[in-house]
Amino acid sequence: MNKLEVSNLNLFYGETHALRDISLEIPARQVTALIGPSGCGKSTLLRTLNRMNDLISGVKISGDVTFEGENIYSDVDVKQLRMRVGMVFQKPNPFPMSIYENVAFGLKAQGIKNKKHLDSVVEESLRGAALWDEVKERLDTPAFGLSGGQQQRLCIARAIAMQPEVILMDEPTSALDPIATHKIEELMDELRKKFTIVIVTHSMNQAKRISDKTAFFWMGELVEYGETSQVFNQPKDKRTQGYVSGEFG
Amino acid sequence: MLQLKRDTQDKLLLGAIWSSAAITIVFLLWVVWHILSNGLSHVSWEFITGAYTRIGEASGIWSMIVSTVYMVGLSLGIAAPIGIMTAIYLTEYAKPGSKVVQVIRFCIESLAGIPSIVYGLFGMTFFVTTLGLGFSILAGSLTLSMLILPVLIRTTEEALLAVPMAYREGGYALGSSKVYTIWRLILPSALPGIVTSVILSIGRVIGESAPVFLTAGMVTQIPESVLESGRTLTVHLYKLTQELFTQHEWDQAYATATVLIVLVLILNLATKLIATRFK
Repeated sequence: MNKLEVSNLNLFYGETHALRDISLEIPARQVTALIGPSGCGKSTLLRTLNRMNDLISGVKISGDVTFEGENIYSDVDVKQLRMRVGMVFQKPNPFPMSIYENVAFGLKAQGIKNKKHLDSVVEESLRGAALWDEVKERLDTPAFGLSGGQQQRLCIARAIAMQPEVILMDEPTSALDPIATHKIEELMDELRKKFTIVIVTHSMNQAKRISDKTAFFWMGELVEYGETSQVFNQPKDKRTQGYVSGEFG
Repeated sequence: MLQLKRDTQDKLLLGAIWSSAAITIVFLLWVVWHILSNGLSHVSWEFITGAYTRIGEASGIWSMIVSTVYMVGLSLGIAAPIGIMTAIYLTEYAKPGSKVVQVIRFCIESLAGIPSIVYGLFGMTFFVTTLGLGFSILAGSLTLSMLILPVLIRTTEEALLAVPMAYREGGYALGSSKVYTIWRLILPSALPGIVTSVILSIGRVIGESAPVFLTAGMVTQIPESVLESGRTLTVHLYKLTQELFTQHEWDQAYATATVLIVLVLILNLATKLIATRFK
């Protein structure tokens, strides 16, 4: 079953045609990797999936994006959509508040005040992000005291706390060292059991290691989309082959 | 030869930079020392808490302190919410570069450049006469709040713009509403900057004289309500300097100036403290 379907999507930043007639289907409870050189449109596509592009003025979109059959640009309330489609950003962006408050932020924004409920969701989410054991003694300390990798897992916990169905990850490990990256990748292997994950990555090794499906973008076009092993081992398009073999990009 | 010329130029420039900095510091210390050395010995508990008498030795400034506090409280009470909300509108809601924003910005910048005495004249005709508020703390506060609004808006805007975009994205990505994200995430993050701008505005309110006595009058009694006239410390000092005939009057003026300087120094220290504490 497809969680998200993109069909004939075109996106313009002012005059720039950033996404050209993209169609792809993202299956549930799998990891889909979006790869391609910088400026190819992969992050832009990711941000159409939870309508983060709405924040940028001058963006024009045509075509359809459906989430479980509902058009996210007309049928769904954007706040509801973002609760169901969570996001983790390139640079860890914990809020300037305690670890606990970071994880509880989204729930409190929905008016949930029950302390017991919040406590249990915070613990569950931090466990889900493999961070609980490291921070359980200092939930009330500022999130800025955590290391970069811990901060990113905190952001994942913050996203999980909303119990989303999809988690979008925009190069989540590009600001992290190899050990922290490894931890996040291990975590993603756990997350795929419960969530549908779409990840933008610059690292082809990462895409190979963690994803079930891979989509290769080139100059705003979706060049090739298929099983990860196929895209990397038997690419159909010459451009894909050039990119995955490291010839350019 | 060329190298030598460069060296001399460097030395000259460095000398100019150093002496400019030195002049600034020397002048500041000189002014402060001049006021304090002439005034501090005449500041006593009786002087601060005593009532003002025009003649006689035991004159105080208590009613001026009370009027100043009223003026500060009411001006900020009016200007701070309006200023902060306008800044929120400009940074978070208005489309950057739209017609509305351009018009508002132009108004703010123009307002900031108008001499304060012009505000005083406007306040006197509009608030005092047309609205019938009379010479009162309220009329003075309304005038002063118009005076401090532009700077308040600009500095608050800067504080809001300094909040990383990543916080906004993070908040919205969790499905939080815009109002909640601004209220619980962006405003708290910008708070040090906003507090600093409020404190600077307090300094401005304390420092103004002309627009204040044109709108709040100069009555030396403690105002019983905001609809009564009151004399702020700065207006008091202005008034004192108009009639400096005896040594006692000189002492009074310097003592009042001392109180003002100490107040402003405390405000500046508070600003520094807040700015560094949050960093």
